This record gives sequence, C-alpha cells and structure tokens, in this order.
Amino acid sequence: MLNIEHFFILGILLFSIGIVGMVSRRNIFIMYMSIELMLNAVNLILVALSHHYADLNGQVMAMMIIAIAAAEASIFLALFVMLFKNARSLDANFFDLLKQEKHND
Amino acid sequence: MIESSMLAWIIGSVFFSSLFIMLISLYNRYDKTIPRVLYTFLGIGGPFISLLLSAYLLYTQVSTGQNITFTAFTWLNIEGFMVKASFLLDPLSAAMLSFVAFVGFIIHLYAHAYMKEELAYARFFAWFNLFMASMFLLILSDNPIMLFIGWEGVGLCSYLLISFYFNDEENVKAGNKAFILNRIGDFGFLSGLALLFINIGHLGLDFGSLEANIHLIPTATLSLIAFLLFVGAMGKSAQLPLYIWLPDAMAGPTPVSALIHAATMVTAGVYMVARFNFLYAMTEDVSLFIAYIGAFSALFAALIALRQDDIKKILAYSTMSQLGYMFMAVGLGAYSAGIFHVFTHAFFKALLFMGAGAIILALHHEQNIKNMGGLKKKMPLTFAVMLIATLAISGIPPFSGFFSKDAILNHLFASEQYLIFSMALITAGLTSYYMFRLLFIVFITPSKEEKPLLPQSSLISITLVVLSVGALFAGFLNLPVFFGGDENFSLWLNLPDIRHHLSHQTELILLLSNMLIAGIGILMAYVHYAKSATDPSLGFLNNWLRNKFYIDEFYNFVFVQPLAKLSHLIVFIDEKVIDAALHKLAFGYQKLSYYSDLVQNGNVRYYALYMTVGIVGIFTYIWGVTQ
Repeated sequence: MLNIEHFFILGILLFSIGIVGMVSRRNIFIMYMSIELMLNAVNLILVALSHHYADLNGQVMAMMIIAIAAAEASIFLALFVMLFKNARSLDANFFDLLKQEKHND
Repeated sequence: MIESSMLAWIIGSVFFSSLFIMLISLYNRYDKTIPRVLYTFLGIGGPFISLLLSAYLLYTQVSTGQNITFTAFTWLNIEGFMVKASFLLDPLSAAMLSFVAFVGFIIHLYAHAYMKEELAYARFFAWFNLFMASMFLLILSDNPIMLFIGWEGVGLCSYLLISFYFNDEENVKAGNKAFILNRIGDFGFLSGLALLFINIGHLGLDFGSLEANIHLIPTATLSLIAFLLFVGAMGKSAQLPLYIWLPDAMAGPTPVSALIHAATMVTAGVYMVARFNFLYAMTEDVSLFIAYIGAFSALFAALIALRQDDIKKILAYSTMSQLGYMFMAVGLGAYSAGIFHVFTHAFFKALLFMGAGAIILALHHEQNIKNMGGLKKKMPLTFAVMLIATLAISGIPPFSGFFSKDAILNHLFASEQYLIFSMALITAGLTSYYMFRLLFIVFITPSKEEKPLLPQSSLISITLVVLSVGALFAGFLNLPVFFGGDENFSLWLNLPDIRHHLSHQTELILLLSNMLIAGIGILMAYVHYAKSATDPSLGFLNNWLRNKFYIDEFYNFVFVQPLAKLSHLIVFIDEKVIDAALHKLAFGYQKLSYYSDLVQNGNVRYYALYMTVGIVGIFTYIWGVTQ
C-alpha cells in the first residue's frame, strides 16, 4: 500500500540526486537536468500532498511550476547556445566571472 | 563717544598697517614693482597715528582724571562666561601707553634708517608693526583674556623677528628658544587664568570685577594663581630661571632688540604684576618670592655681564638686571616705583641699543667690543648719547635712571628686606662697572682697526638725540619729596603702594651710599679699562662668568638631553612596538583573506553547495530546537 511517506522518500531522494548532480558535475547540460530533477521532486511532493489532503491547490501549484520550468528551459537552452558560441566550452568551471580579481600584494 | 573709540584705533592703526604691508608685499613678491616708500609710509604711518591718538588720550586722561573705557564688541557669550573686546585707559595703562607709543615710534624711525638696504624690508615692518599692535592690545585690554592675546602676540612677533635672518640656522634656533621658553611661561600664565575663571569667572572677567570679587577665592588657591601668573612673567620678562632666551634674542636686527628691551615684550611681565596688584597685595608670600627672584636675577645678570664681549649681549644682560629691579619693587609693593623704572628704563635702554646699533653699522657689523676702540673722536654724537644712557642706567643724578632706581632702593631698605636690598646695591655697583667697561672699551681705549667707518645717516642721529632728551629728563616726572618734588607720577598712577616713611637723614645716607656705590663702579671701570681693553683676572670666576655660569649647558644636560633621549625612546617604541604590532596584525589579516578568498572562486556550482550546506544547517538547527 502506498502512503504519503513513500512519496516523501521518493521526493527527497530525487531532490538529493539533483543537488549532488548540480554540485558535482561540470557539464552545464547535466547541471540543468539536475535542476529540473529538483523541480520535479518538489512537484511530486506537491501533487502527493494535494491528493492526501484532497486539496487542488497543490496540483495548481505543480502545473504552474511545470509551465515556468518550460519557459525557463527555452531561456536556458538559448543561453547555452550563446555561451558555447562565445567560449567554445560548456564546462562550468570555465565560467568564473564572479571570481574576485587577485591583488598582487 | 569719540575718545573711547580712539582707544581701539591705537591698536587698529598699527594692526592694519601691518596687515596692509603683509598683503601688499605678498601680492608684490615676484615683480618688485611697488616702491619701497609705500612700505615706509605704512610702516611709519601706523605707529605715528597711534602716537598721536595716544598723546591725545593721555592728555584727556590727565586733564579730566577720568578713566576711558571702550567696548568694541562682545567676543564670547557662553552661559555664565562673557568676554568682551573691551579696552581700558587708566593711569597705569596710560603710563605704559605713553612710552610704548613714543619710544616705539622713535625705534620705527630708527629701524627705517637701519634696515633701508634690507631685502626683506616689507616683512620686517609688517612684523614690527604687529609687535606694536600686540603690545598695545596687552596694555589696553580690560580683561585678562584680551591681555593674554596681546601676551601671545608679542611672543609670536619676538619669535618672527629674532629669527628674521632665517638663512642662518643659529638665528632660527635663537627664535625657537625664545618661543619655547615663552611657551613654558605662558603655560603657567594660562593655568593661572584658568584657575581665576573657575573661581570667580562667572562674576565678570574685567579687571574691575576681578578686583571686587578676589576675596571670594580661598587663600591657598589665590597664592597658586599668583604664582602661576608670575611664571608667565618669568618667561616674558626674562627672569630666573626662564631668562636664557634673552641673550640669544640678540640674533635679530638691532632695532628689534631695542623694541623688545625698551618698549614691547619684556616690560609686559612687570606690567602684568602691576595690573594684578589687587591679587599680589593679598598674597604676600608670593610677592616676596617675586622680589627674591628679581634680586637674584638682577645680581646674576650683572655678574654675567661683567665678562661678555658682545656689545648687544652686555645690553641684554643689563636689561635682565634692570627687570630684576622692577620685580623687586613690585614684589615688595612699590608698584608705582616699579612702573616708573619701566618708564625711565625704556628711554635709556632704547638709547643704548640704538647707539650700539649705530656703532655696529659704522663698523661693518662688528659686535665684539674687543675689536672696537677709540670711537670717541670718530663718533662724538654717539659717544655723547651713549654716555648719557650709561650714566642713566648707572643711576647717576640727575639722569632719569637715578630717580627711579633710587626710589626702588629706598623702598627696599624701608621694607626691611636687607638681603634683597644688599643684593640690589651690589647690582647697582656692578651695573655701573660693566656699563662703563663697555663705554671705555668702545670709545676710549686705543683704536684697533683702521677700516674707514661708514657714515651715519642723519635720521639715526636725530632719533638718538630725541631719545637722549628723554633719558636725561624723564626722571624729573617723579621728583621725590626729598628733592623738593611731589612725586607727580606716583600720585597720578594711584596704585595701592605699600608706603614706608623714612627719615630725612636715612634718605640722605641711602642717596649718598647709592651714589658712592655707582661711583666706585665707574672708578673701578676707569682703572681697569681706560688704558687697555684686557680684562683683569678674577681667578676661577673668569671662566664661570665668561660661560654664563654654564646655565645653558646645565639646562641642556638636565632638560634638553633627557627630553631628546625620551623622544628617541618614544620613537623607538612607536616604530618597533606599536607600528610593528599593527603591521603584523595587518599582515595576518592579509594571510587570512588569502584563505577566505579560496572559497569565493566564482564557480556557481560551489555557491550552490554552500547554499545547500547552509540550508541544511539551518533546518538541522530548527529541527534540534523543536524536538
């Protein structure tokens, strides 16, 4: 019998995998997929809770997230194309513009 | 009222002439297109206007007998503390004003003749006029705060003028010495003023209110105030132990020496004590201390003057010695006698310095009396005026110095302070001895060099003659009862003198003994120096006197060296301990920043990791708290 705890465990597992993938992989595509994985883990939990409490708000929210994630995906992919055009690389370590300039003292 | 605003313009005219000279010469410093005669006009004109105004106000004061006061504006008005820029012309300040304005003006004329060729003519007159302005402010101010501004002003101007030839490092050092020693005195003066204000400042700061409220101060505090104020006078009037700047002050041009010694600066201390007579009358122990300081200074300076060879230094020590007389007088309550000696001293001391300046000019800036000689024939006029001034300072009747000095000596005897009296008497003998030593060596002994003398300008001759009239006759203003006079000057001054009555016979004996002592001094000087300029040996004293009792060396050893060592130590601590620690600390932070810098590598993945760790941490905490 499936009950709410099982959905939670699955959601946490998916979310954790997403985080680990996000942090450990250098390929920007993999990182993006990890982000999507995390989003969907949250979606899963929202839908499960919606069912558990018989409240449609959770499903509405999940639909919303899916819609936004789709929009986001298009921006992300366009971004990646531009990045690759400019830098000829999709290695996340290569893009460290946020890093502070080293002082020579 | 027109008279009262004139009071401010006595100060104003010299102040503004000084200011204008400064501004014009600054504006004109590169292309010297503005003719020198403009500076002369301003530099002489300012003191001349002051002289006219002073003469008129003096006449008004004497004829009406009314004090003139003038409040220009309220300077400070803080709750319970009101300082007005107000001026007061009472007999005491009028007496000072009369000779400062007159002698000061004559010295300005003389200075024009003396400094004609000087490149920095404008700068000289700017400071010179400012000097006069400060002294006028000091004399005329109606409260101790304004007096203190003038007091500091003369200190500043003396510093500027002593180091006038600042290309020579020695002169700069002499200026610094004068300024620093005056600062020590001023510290005492300022502390005294502060104590005065803490106690009765809220009841009004003008001299009238201070006098009315002085009894509110407890005796111990009063003595402390009196002493601290006198410390200021020690510095300004060159008394032991703060006198050592005065001989070095001779580094300035000769007119500066004349101005410092005769009219401005050194007489300020005596004036201050006389001005605070209500304070000193209540603190007899401090007053006695003042008299003793005066006595020791007088004797000490006279001894040193016996073996000095620089004509200006001899005169400098003689000033210190004469100031000692003045302090003896004011210390023992003879304020008007002290002020009268200030008055006569201004004439003959200015004359002595101006005569010395004329000699120095004629001899191509030679100051050592051992290299002079036989000038009596070559400079008869200078000889005559120097003789008058020397007789005056030696206290020979009927020259001006006699009457004032005799009054002081009589008072010392009558106060039954026989130690002070005997020191004063010995000093009188020494004074006539060393002054005639100077006179004989310079004018009588055979001439030593054959360099032709430079001609003396007629302006210098005129100023010398004018002042010699003053040195001759100034004494008659205060003719004592003994000579059939009525002591006009003292009566007019109306200071709370302590009066002692001496019998006619005692006065006669004192008079004769004073004259005898002075005569012995002259005779001894004649025996020793009429034929040759070699000093008779005094045994071990020779070296002590020649080296001024090694006081400079002593101060150097006791104060200057330890202070220098202390500063070196402090520099060492500053550099090697405090700075080093701070540098180490800064270096440590730099190292630390190197490690924290590693965290911020610009890689978004790591930032995500930090965020995760942070969120996990926060949730763990919340979970721990809620359990």
